[in-house]
Amino acid sequence: MEAETTTEAAIDRAALFEFLLRMGDNTLMLGHRVSEWCGHAPALEEDIALANTALDLIGQTQLWLGLAGEVEDKGRSADDLAYLRDVYEFRNLLLTERPNGDFGKTLMRQFLFDAWHYLRLQTLLSSTDRRIAEIAEKASKEVSYHLERSRDLVIRLGDGTAESHARMQQALDDLWPYTGEMFMTEAADTALSAAGVAPEPQSLKAEWDELVAETLSEATLRKPTDGYMHGGGRRGMHSEHLGFVLAEMQFLQRAYPGATW
Amino acid sequence: MSSEWPLWEVFIRGQHGLNHRHVGSLHAADAEMAIHNARDVYTRRNEGVSIWVVRSADITASSPSEKGPLFEPSNSKVYRHPTFFDIPDEVGHM
Amino acid sequence: MYAQMVKSDVPRVKGLDEMGPEERAFQERIDAGQKIEPKEWMPEGYRKTLIRQISQHANSEIVGQLPEGNWITRAPTLERKAILLAKVQDEAGHGLYLYCAAETLGVSRDELYEQLHSGKAKYSSIFNYPTLTWADIGAIGWLVDGAAIMNQVPLQRCSYGPYSRAMIRICKEESFHQRQGYDILMKMVKGTPAQKAMVQDALNRWWWPSLMMFGPSDEASVHSAQSMAWKIKQNSNDELRQKFVDQTVPQAEYLGLTIPDPELKWNENKGGYDFGEPDWNEFFEVIAGNGPCNAERLGARRKAWEDGVWFRDGLTAHAEKVSARSAAAAE
Repeated sequence: MEAETTTEAAIDRAALFEFLLRMGDNTLMLGHRVSEWCGHAPALEEDIALANTALDLIGQTQLWLGLAGEVEDKGRSADDLAYLRDVYEFRNLLLTERPNGDFGKTLMRQFLFDAWHYLRLQTLLSSTDRRIAEIAEKASKEVSYHLERSRDLVIRLGDGTAESHARMQQALDDLWPYTGEMFMTEAADTALSAAGVAPEPQSLKAEWDELVAETLSEATLRKPTDGYMHGGGRRGMHSEHLGFVLAEMQFLQRAYPGATW
Repeated sequence: MSSEWPLWEVFIRGQHGLNHRHVGSLHAADAEMAIHNARDVYTRRNEGVSIWVVRSADITASSPSEKGPLFEPSNSKVYRHPTFFDIPDEVGHM
Repeated sequence: MYAQMVKSDVPRVKGLDEMGPEERAFQERIDAGQKIEPKEWMPEGYRKTLIRQISQHANSEIVGQLPEGNWITRAPTLERKAILLAKVQDEAGHGLYLYCAAETLGVSRDELYEQLHSGKAKYSSIFNYPTLTWADIGAIGWLVDGAAIMNQVPLQRCSYGPYSRAMIRICKEESFHQRQGYDILMKMVKGTPAQKAMVQDALNRWWWPSLMMFGPSDEASVHSAQSMAWKIKQNSNDELRQKFVDQTVPQAEYLGLTIPDPELKWNENKGGYDFGEPDWNEFFEVIAGNGPCNAERLGARRKAWEDGVWFRDGLTAHAEKVSARSAAAAE
């Protein structure tokens, strides 16, 4: 428990809790969205591959939210945090709660997120909080494969038929205004960075831009210019979509309070 | 109907220095995708495995041991492919 | 049983002395327990029957993703969500293995999809029933996977090599499916009265459709007799149904549930349960397309396929471009 002592000395629990919710809520929401495809994907092989991604994301959610509950120290489990919070208490990026759209949009959302997720986890490998570094270690192996796959499919579909190209460009244009949030500074970010827990979001921007630009160019897709960017998810200001996700996801826990499953 | 992705045969080496073994087949647009799909379908993401894929149409099979005319199904490409072979337990879950 | 009422196209089962030399040699190999492999001679009826049976089985796996899949986003805990997703993913995998096994018989996966989407090919009647509560997810694992396993275990010894090997792999992977269903129910019957009521309700709705999974009595069916002679079917429908009831009743008792069959009674003489007759009219209606969810299930599969055309074509086009580019570079 040395790491914990170090952490506690450097940063307060609330900031750390906030950070862990941001990580866990991202994987929870995206895992939920991806799992909506199960049984409906355009090829059997894709159905199976997407389920693997969703399974990884659910597993990572258990780790992040599990640690969040420990850090908060009020007896809340990962399940309590996933199933018993309301919209304003969620800290995920708006990008992760965007509806699936067509398969191209789902893949584009996955790629834009994976590129960020991968870089984010790389920086967490050297977090001063050993528990965070350990989760990042496990997750980054999975996420590097997610990125390999989503990047590959974006390239193939961008440089495929005229229709697949048009669909991928549309998906990119629609989702682009949700990418800026990944690099916005919110409460606690500066403190987390100062304590060596996690570098500021802005620090990932250059590498992300490069990775995305390179992929889009190979995909023959036009990179949109950075215009207005939506934000707020990381401080609990969400789109209407999240409420519907929670209504579905939390239904049993809400309808039968206290029941065990 | 658009053209179907070709069929690929998948061979996997487990972690214990065994030979690659045929584990099954799948569809993919090309070899690189077939490798990705094989990883997702047949290894369920085990680390440390090696995957080979080969187009089913590129496999030349020996004649069957039985004498007599060969059964020739209408589609000459797919019928030649070897199919599922059991993987011994020591290879681990795939 | 995922393949119900598979037709064999034969008027009656021939004796060895009525067969030509090839067919006779073929039948003798089957009788000796040998496996038939893709390249070998086989009667056309054997090939066609197998394609029907394997494709029905494969179709059942992928249509079977839908009733359970619609609870993934509503699973009550993160762990249950992961387990259910893994299970439904397995079903996609099993569909994939089975389509590949069928492909060794000279039919393409796209053709088999086409037959499913047009309604020409069938899938198990069970997947046309709705999943209404979380207990249904438990009931499907316990009853539907239980019934499926009962059928699939003997199919591992099926005479056709690729099908037999697919079944071996499937049975190995499926071993956890039935247990996860029973585990869901065990947790729920120990829970609140509402949870227990939910479990009993699920059993009430799934019991009879589960018994129908084995298909109507086939003691007098020439198709079944032929399939048995070819060793692509090992047991009669009634045998398997009896075995299923005998196995399941004590499991229901352990859960404290009542099986919704007033005629159910232990029969000491036969060492098994006597039980009532399922409503076969309902079964035939469901098979004919009039079950509660037929339209939704088939609609969902068609939509997935049609919406995916651009995706599959895009990947094909890209692969062709890359191959053309590398050919040009090599010149």
